[in-house]
Amino acid sequence: MIELQHLTVGYGKKAILSDINQTIESGQLVCLIGANGVGKSTILRTIAGFQPPLCGTILLNEQDMSSFSTAQRSKAISVVLTERVEVPCMSVVDLIGMGRSPYTGFFGTLTKEDKNIIYEAIDMVGISHLATRTFDTLSDGERQKVLLAKALAQQTPVILLDEPTAFLDFHAKVSTLRLLLRLAHETNKTILLSTHDVEMAIQLSDALWIVQNGEIKAGTTLSLTESGTLKHFLQIDPMADAQKGNQGIIFDTENLTLKINNVVLPETQNKLGN
Amino acid sequence: MNAQHKLNLLALGTALLAICNIFWGSLDIPAKDVWCILRGYEAAGHPAWSTIILQGRLPQMLTALLTGTALGTCGLLLQTAFRNPLAGPSILGIDAGANLGVAIVLLLLGGTTTIGSLTLGGHLLIVVAAMAGALAIMALLMTLSKLLRSHVMLLITGVVISYVTGSIIQLLNYSATEQGVHSFIIWGMGNFSSVGTERMPVFCTLSCTGLLLAILLIKPLDALLLGDRYAENLGINIGKARQILLLVTGLLTATTTAFCGPISFIGLAVPHLARLMLRTSRHKILIPATMLIGANLALACNLLSTMPHDGSIIPISVITPLIGAPVVLHIILKQRHD
Repeated sequence: MIELQHLTVGYGKKAILSDINQTIESGQLVCLIGANGVGKSTILRTIAGFQPPLCGTILLNEQDMSSFSTAQRSKAISVVLTERVEVPCMSVVDLIGMGRSPYTGFFGTLTKEDKNIIYEAIDMVGISHLATRTFDTLSDGERQKVLLAKALAQQTPVILLDEPTAFLDFHAKVSTLRLLLRLAHETNKTILLSTHDVEMAIQLSDALWIVQNGEIKAGTTLSLTESGTLKHFLQIDPMADAQKGNQGIIFDTENLTLKINNVVLPETQNKLGN
Repeated sequence: MNAQHKLNLLALGTALLAICNIFWGSLDIPAKDVWCILRGYEAAGHPAWSTIILQGRLPQMLTALLTGTALGTCGLLLQTAFRNPLAGPSILGIDAGANLGVAIVLLLLGGTTTIGSLTLGGHLLIVVAAMAGALAIMALLMTLSKLLRSHVMLLITGVVISYVTGSIIQLLNYSATEQGVHSFIIWGMGNFSSVGTERMPVFCTLSCTGLLLAILLIKPLDALLLGDRYAENLGINIGKARQILLLVTGLLTATTTAFCGPISFIGLAVPHLARLMLRTSRHKILIPATMLIGANLALACNLLSTMPHDGSIIPISVITPLIGAPVVLHIILKQRHD
């Protein structure tokens, strides 16, 4: 379980999001959504310990994380980042094996138990067919799953993923998110991820954190729909000409689906209508 | 063939080349006489041969072996740390720093003698100067690497450093004596014979210290392959690892440059040859492989340098680019495909 108490994140003296108070229970998948530059990555980086919080505390199972050493942190939180990993000639098994680093000795030699954990992670993610390949020959979707298996091999109660679906094709996006949801439920891990695939996040998450106007509104898809927060977030389009009520996205609150307001010529629209 | 077999094969190659380096030189000495001398006897009628073998070829072989090992390791460490296939001691300006140190000694502080007849004192001065130059650049890079987290910026800084030291050296050349310039040019050609028996203990201690420290970095280096953030998340102390790494590369570059002159391309090419042969990026295998391939390559270069067979020697810096350039081209062409 992760608890953020009066957390302020940002760089130097500049706060990006202030006074965040949120909790994620174990076994939950939470999707962080919001426009570019609102601070989604900054929150993730702060929780991961890559940058210090400007203010407030992060509790992991009621322990203050600011007292954690790098070694302790590596056994508490694993990450999958947006930055592209380019390693020449590294086998998939070796890369997943890196997840065992917090537990291995001075030279990083893997024990038999480590190897079992690696193959368990491979099975959980469903990539046993990739085990013998080298990482640089994989597609983006396959790479994402290998990095996820690395995070699983790290055996941490929390996994953070920064836009894990960003460079994937549609099928890979869906399968990655479904996999993460299943992992959260089956392994009782806390998973927090940021994404721009809002429609999938709505359908495939235990809770949503909507970052907008410098604050986070959290809740389940249902509760956020009922309160109108989700509709407000989705239907505000900075590009749209508000005067004409020309919204790009229309949120169907009954079916929890999105409809794109098309800009096709009226005659085509008529044809489609017929 | 698994990795262990390949490493054994490379070790065997190193041993064979080392033996060739003793039996084969710019002067023809029959193998049975070489064997005699190695066993502690003197070749009948040729007292000078003992000196050639024991004080010439033997230390020269050891120097080539250690230099190749050191430069290859240096290149691997830098390529991993900067996640850049073109990183090497020369690209980051570390050997430019050593060059500058040597240039100051040879061009500014005298250098009226040629390198061949330099006294021990003169040689030690060059070593100290190269060390000072390389470590000064390393200190600069260390400070900057804290400020500039991006690897590209650090590489650009290295290139800029090379330009600046290059122009200072030009300036020193301009105002130096003719002999000074000559000494500097000779040193710049690279030479495995300048260590000799007297300076061997110092050279050996310094390079072996660097190589041992490199072995201690195996685990952090593996994690660094994924990038700084992933490495940090895997429990690696990035700041400390980087500092040891820069210290090791500084020490190894300074030592080899000071004793043997600037030897280009080995540091850059050897790690790539190791990856091509071993098909891995795990440092537990790559570090020994790089050390062995570096040793093989340097020993082969040393053999080639005695090719004229008339007592003269081809400078090492003439040979290494011929081996290194194809490797660099290979990397560039491969990257174009990706």
